Amino acid sequence: MAKQPAAVIGVGQTHHRAKRDDVSMAGLCREAMDRALEDAGLTLDEIDAIVVGKAPDLFEGVMMPELYLAEALGAVGKPLLRVHTAGSVGGSTAIVASSLVQAGVHKKVLTVAYEKQSESNAMWALSIPIPFNMPVHAGAGGYFAPHVRSYIRRSGAPEHIGAIVAAKDRNNALKNPYAHLHNEGTTVESVMASTMLWDPIRYDETCPSSDGACALVIASEDVAASSPNPAWIHGTVMRSEATTAAERDQVNPQASRDAAAALWKQAGITSPVDEIDAAEIYVPFSWFEPMWLESLGFAAPGEGWKLTESGATALGGKIPVNCSGGVLSSNPIGASGMLRFGEAALQVRGLAGEHQVDGARKALGHAYGGGSQFFAMWVVGSDKPS
Amino acid sequence: MRDVAVVGFAQTQLEDFDGSPTCVELLVPLLAECYEQTGWTRKDIGFWCSGSSDYLAGRSFSFVQAVDAIGVIPPVNESHVEMDLAWAMYEAWIKIQTGEVDTALVYAFGKSSAGVLRRSLSMQLEPYTMTPLWPDTVSLAGLQARAGIDAGQWDEAAMAAVVNRSLTDAEKNEHAVRKGGSSVEELLARPMYADPLRKHDCAPVTDGVAAIVLAAGDRARDVRDRPAWISGLAHSVDAMSMGTRDLTRSPSTARAGAGAGVEGVEIAELHAPFSHQELIVTRELGLGSDVVINPSGGPLSGNPMFSGGGIRIGEAARRIWSGEASRTLGHATSGPALQQNLVCVLDAEQKEA
Amino acid sequence: MARTLSAPVTVAFDYTRSTGPVLGRFLTGLRDGVLVGARTSSGTVVVPPPEYDPVTHQQTTDFVEVSPVGTVTSWTWVPEPVADQPFDRPFAFALVTLDGADAPMLHAVDVASPDEISTGMRVQVRWAEERVGHITDIACFEPVHDESAASPSGGGLMEDNLVTEVVTPVRLDYVYAASPEESAFYRGLKEGRILGQRCPTCQKVYVPPRSACPADGTPTEGEIELSHTGTITTFCIVNVPFLGQKITPPYVSAYVLLDGADIALLHLILDVPADEVRMGMRVKAVWKPEEEWEHTMENISHFSPTGEPDADYETYRQHL
Repeated sequence: MAKQPAAVIGVGQTHHRAKRDDVSMAGLCREAMDRALEDAGLTLDEIDAIVVGKAPDLFEGVMMPELYLAEALGAVGKPLLRVHTAGSVGGSTAIVASSLVQAGVHKKVLTVAYEKQSESNAMWALSIPIPFNMPVHAGAGGYFAPHVRSYIRRSGAPEHIGAIVAAKDRNNALKNPYAHLHNEGTTVESVMASTMLWDPIRYDETCPSSDGACALVIASEDVAASSPNPAWIHGTVMRSEATTAAERDQVNPQASRDAAAALWKQAGITSPVDEIDAAEIYVPFSWFEPMWLESLGFAAPGEGWKLTESGATALGGKIPVNCSGGVLSSNPIGASGMLRFGEAALQVRGLAGEHQVDGARKALGHAYGGGSQFFAMWVVGSDKPS
Repeated sequence: MRDVAVVGFAQTQLEDFDGSPTCVELLVPLLAECYEQTGWTRKDIGFWCSGSSDYLAGRSFSFVQAVDAIGVIPPVNESHVEMDLAWAMYEAWIKIQTGEVDTALVYAFGKSSAGVLRRSLSMQLEPYTMTPLWPDTVSLAGLQARAGIDAGQWDEAAMAAVVNRSLTDAEKNEHAVRKGGSSVEELLARPMYADPLRKHDCAPVTDGVAAIVLAAGDRARDVRDRPAWISGLAHSVDAMSMGTRDLTRSPSTARAGAGAGVEGVEIAELHAPFSHQELIVTRELGLGSDVVINPSGGPLSGNPMFSGGGIRIGEAARRIWSGEASRTLGHATSGPALQQNLVCVLDAEQKEA
Repeated sequence: MARTLSAPVTVAFDYTRSTGPVLGRFLTGLRDGVLVGARTSSGTVVVPPPEYDPVTHQQTTDFVEVSPVGTVTSWTWVPEPVADQPFDRPFAFALVTLDGADAPMLHAVDVASPDEISTGMRVQVRWAEERVGHITDIACFEPVHDESAASPSGGGLMEDNLVTEVVTPVRLDYVYAASPEESAFYRGLKEGRILGQRCPTCQKVYVPPRSACPADGTPTEGEIELSHTGTITTFCIVNVPFLGQKITPPYVSAYVLLDGADIALLHLILDVPADEVRMGMRVKAVWKPEEEWEHTMENISHFSPTGEPDADYETYRQHL
């Protein structure tokens, strides 16, 4: 049995900031939802089901917050689901929402993902000591830095590659009015000159901590028919592996490679670098751009940094990556994956504004989470899949 | 829609589990039991989905290690909901409906005893004006029970009758952590606890894990002679506010029941962690006196958080497999005072395509 | 001996919540001694005001001041209060419909026994001595014995100083237990030993041992005493201070692959300048004095260079 066609017909996001102290959690979600509904030309009452995603509940100090939010989100009287797959959750949530349409169960599904990090402190929430253990990690940066070092060793990449990514994404963010960071004048040199935090990761190579939300309206074929610019879903995939395992490849995890292979197959793509017009890849630390380029099959193993160095991943390059500014410019953790998925949809709908890739017709949305162990990806296109 | 059946179900309920909050030690034998029931290995499973809560475990990302129990080389098609097993099963049922996979194994785990459960659950409330008062679960249920008593919807004797039947039936359930019925009179003679609730009106704090195996069409028939076909599956949510809800009713239960289609159900396993809530759910689903309620003993005999709802579906499926019934129902609830509800109707007969 | 090791863990944080305009108005009212509700599109007055209208889904804007006196519509006894509830002695939680409102709100009622409260009873707000714009500005409700003397309604809000943020301390106490496999590992550490186990399916040696081999789902078995010497596979130099940090930066956190193990441990590298630490460096465990040993990884103070030649990249590349 084939999946029912489904398309993104509405995308909304908040203005992401370090602290959105002008809104409550409900207000944050509604800001993104109301924009998505307006984009889709629908009202909340027309929505069949609501899917909420966010990362750990300890970030906001509310257990299963979708329950108290149900009324504010207009979910009362409807099916309400809550997804949590660590950092990949924004992507997984979009996929679960899509599946409600692809299963033929619902026609109009609204999904929203958010994080209001300013309500607490993510470093605290992620570093609560476990008895008997020795706390040597230092948040997400401390976790990922050794694996970045491994990548550099394996690929022989020059030291400034991470800085190229950071400078590119920060400059892309200047074209995105919703982005958290609008750091004018970021250059490879300025990134290289920034403080080394988790050696080999510098301050300017890390993502910010943001408050923000993203919402999508996903519709069935008949509903999408009345949309002027639907982003058709060509493929979705989720894969998981363990956080730690003997001889696990932590630079290029098997779950990532398997997910990419399954995704390209579903979407009928044989050469991603030639066929994908824009990619929104989850890059919370700059070096993950070349790492994921290899894992996703845009470049051969060990060659991803060359694609970055060549300028191919810049807006206007062969394979523009994170034209929105990416996670490096806005990181409301639970929403970050959905922002990647939503930005991919905006590209193929021609609605990405100043950071639009000319003529983009197929785009990748990507998210990962945990210790590089949970992966969620989709391909969206301007054309209905054949 | 594809015909999908419950073909496997395993559970462990404990009063006080002394192992890790990831419950991996409990999940390994649980999954083994699922493989034994189905004759499958992990490679036969197309999709996995789990349910659990970080606030039960007391740490962020408490679910990430649970996939170890599966054995994830090669990596798996997997998801996680911060919800009860019943909703994890819903996500898996949807996944099968898309045609992407034909089989799924869903599991859930929770170590309720790691913290003070009734207090931890205050974290589930509206965080600005409710949680700072730390209204515990028992108190919120007490407000609901009183509302029904005051409105003449039920009385303490009706609540005691639910308890007596549950604890009597639980004597036949090896998994139950609380069992032993007596009589309504004896139960009413016991001291009041959180007036109007006695301790036996409240589900016991229970640790545990549970798993459900789903399969579509021929894959289901390969496993069992009498698969429990899912003929209806629906869920809905109400507003949380204790002030604007009629606490004696549960509209989301009624909607889920209507969505699933409950006519002709012979046995209903209802997830009512407080005795009066069974009376509400029974009414909202329109179950008549001929319907056998909670023959397993129900949640008053054991209610492991995050699998307690799914266990009701598993228990309902068992009655189909055994030939004891041809149409059963499993209900799951989540949130304070029956806020969110799911109904799954199971049939021995496959629906006409 | 207990099957597993356990220890208390406290998860505590003072959350800072931005309230948004609707809840902000309600909390401002509490600070200023006024109860603020809202009229919904269906005409009912609800306290606290819902942020969004249940029917139109629009943000609530029609605010209404209601009386601090009201009627109990339901109640429950709290015989054994949990931490941080309004009272640390038995009390009642109640739903109270304030005069002027159509729906009740939840709060505590200060009565000494369940005999002193009933549905329909008249109660009034007892304000906290100090009010800051928090739900606990209402200390509780208390019975009204004389309606004519009941607390009067407040007055206006200080419009130029609205509450926009509320601090909510959350403190949860848990008992954390290690798995049986981990418990064996920590017990070994107390004896100065590093114990691993082997997966019977893939034969890999895990340290610490696992309740399930993540590759196969099989519990690891046996007891393998591992060398205290190993190789740094990869590492990071931590320069950043963070909340809850126990070690002063800069320090090196490294994956150490003990000889005989198939998975690396994460630990500290000391006794060498951070910028001289290398992938492939050979290191050995430096233990704290024996009298300080507990059931913890912290018995190993850190790892220190052995001075041996670095391990060949090929010997550890599959561990990256």
